[in-house]
Amino acid sequence: MHVTSPVREPLIQGGKTYADVTEDICRHVEGKPTKEWKIAFGISLVVLAYGSCCLAWTWWEGLGVWGLNKTVGWAWDITNFVWWVGIGHAGTLISAVLLLFRQKWRTSINRAAEAMTIFAVLCAASFILMHMGRPWMAYWALPLPNAFGSLWVNFNSPLVWDVFAISTYFSVSLVFWYIGLIPDLATIRDRATSKVSRFMYGTFAMGWDGSAKTWSRYEYISLILAGLATPLVLSVHTIVSMDFATSVIPGWHTTIFPPYFVAGAIFSGFAMVQNLMLITRVVYKLEDYITLEHIETMNKVITLTGSVVGVAYITEFFIAWYSGVEYESYAFINRATGPYWWAYWAMMTCNVISPQLFWSRKLRRSITFTFFISVIVNIGMWFERFVIIVTSLHRDYLPSSWAMFSPTRYDIGDYIFSFGLFFTLFLLFSKYLPVINMAEVKAVIRSTSANLPKKIAGVAKVRHREAAAPLFNKDIE
Amino acid sequence: MAELSGKYLVGVYDDDDTVLHAVPRLRKAGVKIQEVYSPFPIHGMDDALGHPRTRIGIAAFMFGVVGCCVALTLMIWTMGIDWPMIVGGKDSISLPNYIPITFELTVLFTAFGMVTTFFISNGLSPAAHNHERFDVRATDNKFIMAINVGRNSMSEDEISRALRDSGAEEVNIKQF
Repeated sequence: MHVTSPVREPLIQGGKTYADVTEDICRHVEGKPTKEWKIAFGISLVVLAYGSCCLAWTWWEGLGVWGLNKTVGWAWDITNFVWWVGIGHAGTLISAVLLLFRQKWRTSINRAAEAMTIFAVLCAASFILMHMGRPWMAYWALPLPNAFGSLWVNFNSPLVWDVFAISTYFSVSLVFWYIGLIPDLATIRDRATSKVSRFMYGTFAMGWDGSAKTWSRYEYISLILAGLATPLVLSVHTIVSMDFATSVIPGWHTTIFPPYFVAGAIFSGFAMVQNLMLITRVVYKLEDYITLEHIETMNKVITLTGSVVGVAYITEFFIAWYSGVEYESYAFINRATGPYWWAYWAMMTCNVISPQLFWSRKLRRSITFTFFISVIVNIGMWFERFVIIVTSLHRDYLPSSWAMFSPTRYDIGDYIFSFGLFFTLFLLFSKYLPVINMAEVKAVIRSTSANLPKKIAGVAKVRHREAAAPLFNKDIE
Repeated sequence: MAELSGKYLVGVYDDDDTVLHAVPRLRKAGVKIQEVYSPFPIHGMDDALGHPRTRIGIAAFMFGVVGCCVALTLMIWTMGIDWPMIVGGKDSISLPNYIPITFELTVLFTAFGMVTTFFISNGLSPAAHNHERFDVRATDNKFIMAINVGRNSMSEDEISRALRDSGAEEVNIKQF
């Protein structure tokens, strides 16, 4: 039973009934692919094909095709890895943290955001495989018996923690997403007209019937999964940050990294959600479901996390000076004024200044401006990782080892690969699965409460009084 | 999924509040309700139907404990017993370093164990896709109440009338 305070806008607009929700969301799953979808999918496939060729050459020839050198041993690979993992975090935040906080506006965006998480983590994992250079040896990172090598994996190493963190995160997110999909898959199964789609959706819906017992267990496990996913998402980016923080490289060896990385992850992830949702809502005509309220709320989260990131940058700089450690101070002064100054100031402008523009209500309710800032934020967050990784490495302790990094076409091509992969998967998802969680959206609308008193006349007197009070969405309209 | 057999009266409601308030009313009138099917969870329906509280949380906790033990055993045995190693001047068994993986595996085991329990306890499996259901609109916009006529002492007409009185817009008969 959903009750909206009279002072709030209803979450879903357009006076939708339960049947309308089913119809609106299922339409694009059941219909033939549109021309726009085909064009977008075609472009993604071309991008993916180009990226795959670059990736194939990277693996065939070896990591020498990248622009790495003896000083800068990590560059775009790990930058892209951290960037994609970070983007993934917003999906979990929306589906898990906002569930725990009972933020019901999440119901219209959680499905697509979780899908984004899964695809982004896949892209991130592809960079882990790439930077191994010999991906066929990837199983060496697993704790396999001694016969495979001379030793067990080193469980003290954050890189091994990362293997566990990323794979747990990916599989738990996938399970969480799938559990949420089951009721909607059942809806599509029950509407399906062709045998093939009834069989396919029916198989994945696993015989879901929506009984009260099933629903109560479903809600219970959703809550526990949310409770698990919340510390999990924090742990993942914490561990990613420890890949750097536990090393002794000036600029990396700082205790501020875990919260700073987590805030940055949410920041960039929400920006990516904005980008995807702003397009999805127009293409699939979902403006009644993903309303200006949703966009504005997400912009507020972007401003908050952007401010946290800004404070972290300044704190980091201050501590570098205040600690009195020469190397640390130099690393930071070099970031801001050294040969990579442009990357540093691009990061500062995109991440610290641009989200502050959302203090203006007019700007944060402007769709074009939101889209623009979201792109800017994602560029800024990519530069953040680039700055942390490359500028901390490129001036080694010995000036004779100083070097610069410049990407080759394979650095760029492998990055393009991840975009191809991401958009191909996202487009497939948006065509063949419901982009909005129908069951959850139905739970936050009041479709027939206006009829309530006459329907159960004389049944329950209490209900009469409650139904008469202006509490429900329908009544406010 | 409960086994379905015999003759059922199927009440179709078009609102979650109506069906939620129909349940205690019908039970008071002596009707034994088998189950209510809805397109989304109705809070309070469990209590209204008298379903016991789900124990899936206990299962989840157990799986978590197993995951925690597996992780600690794995790391202590490999790092401390099978091939003791001193890394970074720390003891070969250094528990603080094991916290991240212990946490991850606890979460992993809890999530997968709990979800598997969920599938089994609800009879959900890919093979169950062709199970017969009372009314396919239960996944769209209708709220379906199933009453097994054979297990009720009241007559079919009486139940049917009670269903209509409680707000059902249709009463159908389904034979399995």
